[in-house]
Amino acid sequence: MTRSLRALMGATALTAAGFAVAAQAETITIATVNNGDMIRMQGLTSHFTDMHPDIDVQWVTLEENVLRQNVTTDIATGGGQYDVITIGTYEAPIWGANDWLVSLDDLGDDYNIDDLLPAVRGGLTVDGHLYASPFYGESSMVMYRTDLMEAAGLEMPEAPTWDFIREAAAAMTDRDNEIYGICLRGKAGWGENMAFLTAMSNSFGARWFDMDWTPQFDQEAWANTLDFYLDLMTNYGPPGASNNGFNENLALFQTGHCGMWIDATVAASFVTNANDSEVADQVGFALAPDNGLGRRGNWLWAWNLAIPASSDAQEAAKTFIAWATSAAYTELVASEEGWANVPPGTRTSLYENQEYLDAAPFAEMTLRSMEAADPTNPSVDPVPYTGVQFVAIPEFAGLATEVGQLFSAALAGQMSAEDALSQAQELATEEMEAAGY
Amino acid sequence: MARAVTTQRKIVFTALAWIIGLAIFFPILWTILTSFKTEATAIADPPVFFNFDWTLENYRVVQERSDYMRYLWNSVALAVGSTLLGIIIAVPAAWSMAFVPAKRTKDILMWMLSTKMLPAVGVLYPIRLILINMGLLDSKTALIFILMMINLPIIIWMLYTYFREIPGEILEAARMDGATLKDEILYVLTPMAIPGIASTVLLNIILAWNEAFWTLTLTTVNAAPLTAFIASYSSPEGLFYAKLSAASTMAIAPILILGWFSQKQLVRGLTFGAVK
Amino acid sequence: MATQHSRSAARLMMTPAVFLLLVWMLVPLIMTLWFSTLDYRPMRGTFDCCEGLANYTRFITSSAFLDSVITTLQLLGGVLLITIVGGILLAILLDQPIWGQGIVRILVIAPFFVMPTVSALVWKNMFMNPVNGLFAHLFKGLGLEPIDWLSQAPMFSIILIVSWQWLPFATLILLTAIQSLDSEQLEAAEMDGAGPLSRFGYITLPHLARSITVVVLIQTIFLLSIFAEIYVTTGGAFGTRTLTYLVYQRVIESQNVGLGSAGGIYAVILANLVALVLMRVVGKNLDA
Repeated sequence: MTRSLRALMGATALTAAGFAVAAQAETITIATVNNGDMIRMQGLTSHFTDMHPDIDVQWVTLEENVLRQNVTTDIATGGGQYDVITIGTYEAPIWGANDWLVSLDDLGDDYNIDDLLPAVRGGLTVDGHLYASPFYGESSMVMYRTDLMEAAGLEMPEAPTWDFIREAAAAMTDRDNEIYGICLRGKAGWGENMAFLTAMSNSFGARWFDMDWTPQFDQEAWANTLDFYLDLMTNYGPPGASNNGFNENLALFQTGHCGMWIDATVAASFVTNANDSEVADQVGFALAPDNGLGRRGNWLWAWNLAIPASSDAQEAAKTFIAWATSAAYTELVASEEGWANVPPGTRTSLYENQEYLDAAPFAEMTLRSMEAADPTNPSVDPVPYTGVQFVAIPEFAGLATEVGQLFSAALAGQMSAEDALSQAQELATEEMEAAGY
Repeated sequence: MARAVTTQRKIVFTALAWIIGLAIFFPILWTILTSFKTEATAIADPPVFFNFDWTLENYRVVQERSDYMRYLWNSVALAVGSTLLGIIIAVPAAWSMAFVPAKRTKDILMWMLSTKMLPAVGVLYPIRLILINMGLLDSKTALIFILMMINLPIIIWMLYTYFREIPGEILEAARMDGATLKDEILYVLTPMAIPGIASTVLLNIILAWNEAFWTLTLTTVNAAPLTAFIASYSSPEGLFYAKLSAASTMAIAPILILGWFSQKQLVRGLTFGAVK
Repeated sequence: MATQHSRSAARLMMTPAVFLLLVWMLVPLIMTLWFSTLDYRPMRGTFDCCEGLANYTRFITSSAFLDSVITTLQLLGGVLLITIVGGILLAILLDQPIWGQGIVRILVIAPFFVMPTVSALVWKNMFMNPVNGLFAHLFKGLGLEPIDWLSQAPMFSIILIVSWQWLPFATLILLTAIQSLDSEQLEAAEMDGAGPLSRFGYITLPHLARSITVVVLIQTIFLLSIFAEIYVTTGGAFGTRTLTYLVYQRVIESQNVGLGSAGGIYAVILANLVALVLMRVVGKNLDA
């Protein structure tokens, strides 16, 4: 960084410090995603402020893309607008390594860091320091309609293969009644269709880069992945799948339009919730499919709370994070809203709690899915990066979104799989050269 | 006979105009209707129009989750503040361009308009760094200034075209009577220009109210207006049409009502000098 | 009429506006120009000097650049065409004696007050969604296969959404102009046996020329920087990436501020080119 920019940032720090002195009760600004679990956390704020009357909490709840954009620009320019930010497992290691986050090694004795699921904790740790505390974690799995499966005369194994998925999708599809055998993400975006496709490609033995960081879209494994996906979606998928993300598919599944849906494990609590879902009683779960190559097509993701280094209320922010990601918070949610609504996927102790296991029929499958993902060794062949459905390098988000647009266009029938892959290869090569790999 | 033809014609045109008018308005009507449905009714097939159990649940949920009044107040402050500030700066400029035209007046006007063409996202980093340096992130002051700057060219242009329609003789007469420049502006021009200023103010309040790039990227809490309010309902997990509709209705209702009540004033000056 | 005194007073009164706009334009522009010569990638922590023109070359040689310029012009042309043709027809219709004119006018101008984000969200989810959208219900009711608007006809859909927002503006300005038309002139022409079409072509249309110019000019300024409608609907996929959106992707999604800044400069150049063409083609109409 040049001196002038550092001077700019120094000046900010001074002004910020000036404000901090003037403030009475300390105010922390928390930026979070508008997902159900976070909205619930916002609703429980008073429990926190009752315990800590000296801390004021301000919420900024935004749609995921807007949030990411705002938080990223803020942290990259050292704006200091937020004291607690909600970030994914993709950002945490990169930002931690850049020293943009405060390390969270001292969240207090009650925090019990060893209780965190090892795979999740590992993804948030850089050089032995924890840079973000997991709020909820997820993997992906198969959710299917038990009634349709039965009517098709098939039985879903616990660990299906891709061939079985295709067979079942074909058997369940009933276009006249608007029932589509399989719903998958098609909407372009690194966190949308590329999250699914990257995870799926792992089970086909594909990878983004080889050990020399050469893009691999020209390899056969990727062609197999994309061909299989396109074939599945074109024949047995819903119309307009190229614009479907998590939400669109959730709405489809809840209204009974999907036979199977492979997506985030947190969706399980939505589709089994009788208030929102028309098919709540007819949902079964299975592990994400594989191809017998030793890797399943499931991802690993967590939404985490972290503190930007530019925050001027770091101690108060730590107090909040220690509260919101503790086992005690889980119990608070359970007592207020029931065990089925607690944020899942972060702590081992939750999956040893009989009350939770009784309330959440999908708990066991969630845990097994999460344990089946290995961020440090995601694909069949070795890779130089970490991340199951992403590559933890700063260039990934932009690159994968563009690649995602190509794949989405292929799904929409606007280009062939071959063209999509060769253009993806070109894009990736260009981008990686420019980034100096 | 001739009378019958006109009536017939009137019926046909009335029917046509109403059909088109309703079609154009329909998306807004549908949003308002949906905001009173449950999430399940919102996506029902076939769609239901009026015959459903009307509920205020969505409004209750939205109000509980976000402090609507704070966003509303910020929107009002930003829209009104930036417009008034813009008017104060624009009136003298437009006056001098209209009554003391120089050779380059038109060039200057076009240059002013061209500043609006700088793509906002291209200058996001520069603007942010400047604001950080001044400690003005998430402040209404900064946003009022930025929104004012964005709309200033339009304000100047509208006022300029309006002022030009005021006959110069009136000014000369006033000057003969010994009016100073200040008197001229305050007592002669301003009263005549009020309709033009009113419509300029209205148009710019609308534009500032609906601005969604800067208001989203430069605010967090203190200055966040309704555009940020909407962003927290746009695509959450789960069904969201009804809640999104409620939030949308809340975000557009104030400006829609203002626009309807003042449409006569708005229309009067919205000619940009195109009508002679 | 203008004395020396009033001339200098006039200059003085213009100073604040001109000064502010100059600062508003130059400071970010110079910073953008500076950034565009740097390797500035915040995510990598780089802020390194002297890329020279490398960012410019990279931006313009990438396959996305030309497409994005074409997309920008398509969007601009499509929306202008629809709003002006539609606006003229609607203005003529509203100028006829009809019952409830005031209410119809209120209905027609309503979309202009709706936030672009809201209108994009409403159109995308509640109308164009291929399963739960109203259009899909309508198509199914007619026994047709629902269309996935945003991927099968993405440009058309976005042009439709944007036109819906801007049609009221065009209609209002054109309506005011039509109402100012001398009706005696039209009646005289009718007496002389001129049909409705030739009356429109020889009297109404020339009378509207100035208004059309104004509509084109103002809409162009706003349309060139359109962002929310694309962001919300397709996110730039399916060939809907305009130049503004491409710059957004470089700066925000790829976090390559240097490259994005170079793109921003290209966008400024494109905007000024379009403005220049507009001035040449239609600018004469603005001279009073």
